Amino acid sequence: MSDSLMSMLFLTFVFPLAGFVLLAFSRGRFSENMSALIGVGSMGLSAATTALVMREFLANPPADGVYTQVLWTWLRIENFSPRFALHLDGLSLTMLGIVTGVGFLIHLFASWYMRGEEGYSRFFAYMNLFVASMLYLVLADNLLFLYCGWEGVGLCSYLLIGFYYKHSANGHAAMKAFIITRVGDVFMAVGLFILFRELGTLDIRNILQAVPSHANHDALALAALLLLGGAVGKSAQLPLQTWLADAMAGPTPVSALIHAATMVTAGVYLVARMHTLFEVSPGVLYLVGVVGAITLLMAGFSALVQTDIKRVLAYSTMSQIGYMFLALGVGAWQAAIFHLMTHAFFKALLFLSAGAVIIACHHEQDIFKMGGLWKKIPFIYLCFIVGGSALAAFPFVTAGFYSKDEILWLAYAGGNASLFYAGLFGALLTSLYTFRLIFLVFHGEAKTDAHAGHGVSYGLPLAVLLVLSTAVGAMIHPPLAGVLPESPASHLEEGKHTLEMLSAGVAIFGIVVAAILFLPANKPLQGFFSTRFAHGFRCLWKYAWGFDALYNVLFVKPYLYLVHINRRDLIDVVIESIPGVMRAGHDALSATENGRVRWYAAAMVSGAAAVLVVVLWF
Amino acid sequence: MILPLLIFIPLLGGLLCWQVERMSRAAPRWIALLSMLLVTALGVQLVLQGDYSLATATGGGAHWQSEYRLHWIPALGISFHLGIDGLSLLMVLLTGGLGVAAILCSWREIQKNVGFFYLNLLWNLGGVIGVFLALDMFLFFFFWEVMLVPMYFLIALWGHNAPDGKGRIHAANKFFIFTQASGLLLLIAIVALVLIAAHQNGVISFDYDVLRHTRMSPNVEYLVMLGFFIAFAVKMPVLPFHSWLPDAHAQAPTAGSVDLAGILLKTAAYGLLRFALPIFPHASQEFAPVAMWLGVTGIFYGAVLACAQTDIKRLVAYTSISHMGFVLVGIYSGNMIALQGVVIQMLAHGISAGGLFILCGEIYERLHTRDLRQMGGLWSRMTWLPAFALFFAAASLGLPGTGNFVGEFLILLGAFKVVPVVATVATGALILAAVYSLLLVQKAFFGPSRSEEALEGLNLRERGIMLVLVVSLLVLGVYPQPVLDLSEAIMFYTQHWYAVPVLK
Repeated sequence: MSDSLMSMLFLTFVFPLAGFVLLAFSRGRFSENMSALIGVGSMGLSAATTALVMREFLANPPADGVYTQVLWTWLRIENFSPRFALHLDGLSLTMLGIVTGVGFLIHLFASWYMRGEEGYSRFFAYMNLFVASMLYLVLADNLLFLYCGWEGVGLCSYLLIGFYYKHSANGHAAMKAFIITRVGDVFMAVGLFILFRELGTLDIRNILQAVPSHANHDALALAALLLLGGAVGKSAQLPLQTWLADAMAGPTPVSALIHAATMVTAGVYLVARMHTLFEVSPGVLYLVGVVGAITLLMAGFSALVQTDIKRVLAYSTMSQIGYMFLALGVGAWQAAIFHLMTHAFFKALLFLSAGAVIIACHHEQDIFKMGGLWKKIPFIYLCFIVGGSALAAFPFVTAGFYSKDEILWLAYAGGNASLFYAGLFGALLTSLYTFRLIFLVFHGEAKTDAHAGHGVSYGLPLAVLLVLSTAVGAMIHPPLAGVLPESPASHLEEGKHTLEMLSAGVAIFGIVVAAILFLPANKPLQGFFSTRFAHGFRCLWKYAWGFDALYNVLFVKPYLYLVHINRRDLIDVVIESIPGVMRAGHDALSATENGRVRWYAAAMVSGAAAVLVVVLWF
Repeated sequence: MILPLLIFIPLLGGLLCWQVERMSRAAPRWIALLSMLLVTALGVQLVLQGDYSLATATGGGAHWQSEYRLHWIPALGISFHLGIDGLSLLMVLLTGGLGVAAILCSWREIQKNVGFFYLNLLWNLGGVIGVFLALDMFLFFFFWEVMLVPMYFLIALWGHNAPDGKGRIHAANKFFIFTQASGLLLLIAIVALVLIAAHQNGVISFDYDVLRHTRMSPNVEYLVMLGFFIAFAVKMPVLPFHSWLPDAHAQAPTAGSVDLAGILLKTAAYGLLRFALPIFPHASQEFAPVAMWLGVTGIFYGAVLACAQTDIKRLVAYTSISHMGFVLVGIYSGNMIALQGVVIQMLAHGISAGGLFILCGEIYERLHTRDLRQMGGLWSRMTWLPAFALFFAAASLGLPGTGNFVGEFLILLGAFKVVPVVATVATGALILAAVYSLLLVQKAFFGPSRSEEALEGLNLRERGIMLVLVVSLLVLGVYPQPVLDLSEAIMFYTQHWYAVPVLK
C-alpha cells in the first residue's frame, strides 16, 4: 500500500480547520462569494482527500484492517500517555465518508440557502469547525481524543442553533441543547474515569482487547452504562432527548448536517466503537435496545401531530436513531451503521428539501399554511417523495427499506420479540407521519405562493442525495466486516422473506392510511380529532410527552430557586453582619459613658451589690 | 544571580515609575512594561538554561535548579534564601506574562496618578514573585505581606464604585482584613514550626529545607498545619472564606482583577503544594477528606452564585471560586496525574480568568456599565471582543482544546483513582460550568440589542493581548507536555512525600 496516500488522512480535518481559521479572522470582511469559496472549498478538498484515502484503503487494505497515523503525543504523565492519533478502519472510514461527503453537499447547498443572511462567513466558519471536530470524533484512536471531538461538535451545535442570535428564544434553545448534552458528557467522562481506573488506558484498541479478560465485570458494566449516558445525550434518546426539537431554531442546513446526518448519530458510533465493552455487559446492551425502542415509538407519536415542517423531521430523526439504538441493542452492529449511513442520505435530502420549501414559501414553516406546492416546486416534490419513501422504508426501491428491514429482521431472528414489534409498529408510524407531511405540504389547496430556487449549488446536492436515497444508496456496503462482529442471527434465513413482505406491507399500509386521512380536501375523522380525548393525546404528543415540563419542575425550577435564595451569598451576609454586631456592642457600651454622676453612682452601687450577692451565694 | 533580579526588577521599576511621572505621563507605563518584559525574559532564560526533568533530579531531597542565599538576620537563623524549581518557575512565568497583560490593559484605563499606580502594581507583582521564590519561611512571610499592601491601594485608589456595591473602600478594607487576619495565623504557625524545629535541632532556623524534616506529635502537626491551611484557604479562596473575593473583584481596576484572579490566588495553591503537604504529610493526609469536600462545595457554591450575578465581574469572580475548588481537590488527592493537572489548571485558569477580566474592563470602557441587564446583543455592535469573550467563556466551561480542559480532566481522572466519590460529584459541576458560561455569553452578547449604535472595536494593543492569551491557552490545551516536563520532578516528589509519609 502506498503510505503517502494514506498519510494524507490528517488533511481531512486540516482543510476545514484552516477554513475556520481564515473565516474567523476575516471578521465578515470577505464577500459572500469569497466566504463560500473558502467554506465550501475546504469541505470539497476534505471530501476529495477522503475519496483518495478511501480508494487506497479499499484497494490495499492494511494488514490488520487498521491504519494508524500518530500526530503527536498529547501529554505524558507516568504511564498515561494519550496520543493525538488517527485510527482508520472500516467503521471510521464509513463515518469519514458520510461526514465529508454529505457534509460537502450540505455546505454547497448552504452557500445557496444562506445568501443574503447576516453573518454569512460566520456561518461557514462554524460549519467548518463542526466538520473538523466531527472528524476528530470519528478518527480518534483514544477516548480522550474522541471526547475532544465530542465536546467540540457540541459547541458548534450550540453556536449554530443560536446562529440567529437576536432572538432570545434561539439562544435559549442553543443553551438547552448544550446543557442537556453536557449532562450526557458528564456521564461519559465518569465512564472514562472508570475505564482508566480499571484498565489503565484510554486507548480504544487496548480497552477493547483488555475488556473480555477483565475480572471486574461490574465496573465495566457501570462504565458501559455511563458511556450509554453520553450516547443518549448526543443522540437525543430517552431520557436526554428533549433538546433536539428545539434545536431546529438553527438554519436548516445546520439541522441537516448536525441534527440529522452526522452529530446526532455520534452516540450510535460511540456504542458501535466500544462494542466489546457492551458485549461483556449484556444487561446494558439490552438497555441500549430498549432505550432505542421506546424513543422510536415516542418520537414517532410526536411526529404525527407537529405542525412545523422542521419539527416533524426532528422527531423523525430521533425515531430513526432509535432504530439504530435498537439495532445495537440486539447485536446487529453492522445493520445499525448501515442504517446510520442510509439515514444520513435521506434525512439530509429531506432537510435540504425542507429548507428549499421554507425559502420557496418565504420562511414559512407551518405545514398547515402550505399545500398544493407540487405544481410550483416539482423538483422538491420529487425529492420529498423519494426521501420520504426512504424514511418510510418504501419497499425495494429505497435505501431506507434495506437498512430498516435488516434491523427488524435481526431483531426478530435474534429472539427479541418485544423490540421487534416496537420496531414494526414504529415503521407504521413512520410512514404515517412522513406522508402526512408530504400530503399536507404538497397536495390539497394552495395556501401560499412559492417560487422555485435554481443554480448548481441548489440543484446538485439535492440531486446527488436523491440518487443516494434510492436503492442505489443501499448498494454501498460499509466495509465493516472484521471491525464489527456479525449479528448472532445473521446466518439465519428462515422467515426472512416473510418478514420482508410484512415490513413492506406495513410501510405501504401506513402510506395508504395517510392518504385516506390527509389527502382528501374534506378530511375524514375530523369529528374524532376534535373530541377532548383525541385533543388530549394530541397535546401530549405535540409537547413530546411532557418531558420539558417534567424537567422544568424537577431540575430547572429548583436550580433557579437555589440561585435565587442565595443571590446575596448567605455566607457573605453573615460575615458582613460582623461589623454591625461590633457597632451595636460599641453603642451599648458607650451609652454607659454618659457623664451623669447619678448614673455612675447607681452603676457602682448595683455592681457592688451584684458582686456581694455572688460572693455570698457561692 | 537571576533569582534576586526577578524580584528586584519589579521593585526598582516600581520606584522608577513613581518618580518619572513628573516628567511624562506615558513614561511610567513604558517602564512598567519593560520591567515585566524583562522579568518574563529572565524566566524564559531560566527555562532554557535549566534542566528540570525528573531523571536528573537527585533522589530524595528537593532539587533546586538555582539557589541564592544571603545572610540576613543570622541570630534568628533567617537568611535571604531564594530557590527555583519547575513549579516556582512556571508560576514566575505566569506572573511575568499576566503582569505584562495587566500593565497593557490599564494603558488607557488609568489616567490618575499613573506613576503611583504602576508602583503599586509592580510591587505587588514583585511580592508575588518573592512568594514563589522564597525558601526561608520568614522571607516567605515578608513577601506574603508585601503583595498585600499594594493591592489594597490598587483597589482603594483606582477602584470603581459599582452602583449596587458598597464601594471600593469597603471592598479594599474587606480584602485587607481577611488577608491580614489570615496572615497573622500564618505567622503564628510559622513561628510555632520554627520553635519546634529549634527545640529538636538545637539551632534556630527559618530555612525550608531544615523545617521540612521537623518531627511533630500528631496533634501539634495537625494544629500547625491548620494554621497554614487557613491562611492559604483565605487566599485561594476556599469556602467559607471566599467572600472578600467578589467584592474585591467588582471594585478593583482591571489590572487589579487580572492580578488577583490570575496570580494572587495561585500563591495559595502554591503554598499548599510547597509547604502544607511536604511539611505536614500526616496531618494533611488526615485532613484531606475535609479539604477535598471543601473544594467540591466551593466548586458548586461558586457555580451557583455565578449564575445569580448581574455584575459581569462578580460573575467571573464566582467562577474563579468554582475553578479553584478543582485545584484544591487535585492537590489533596495526591495523585500524580491530578497534581500535574493542578499545575495546568493553575496556569489555564490564570490565563482564562485574566482574559475574561480584561474583556470585562474593555466592555466597561465602552459601555460604562458592568451590569449584564444593560447589555445584550453586543455581538453585532463591536468587532473582535465578543468572539474573544466567546472563546474565554468556552475555556471557562472546560472545552477541549483549551488548557482548562486538560487541567480539569487530569485532576478528575487522577482524583478518581483515589477518591471516586469526590471526583464523580465534582465532575457534575461541569454542567453548572456550562450553565454560567453560556449565561454570560447569552446575556452580554446575544439576544436583542438595546441600541444599534456601533461601539469601538478592539484596537491593536487590546487585540494583541487577547491573541497572546488565546494562543497560550490553546497551546496548553493541545501540547501541554513542555509544561508538564517542567513540573514533573517537583510534583513527583510532592506526591511522594505526601503519599508515603515516612516515619521521621
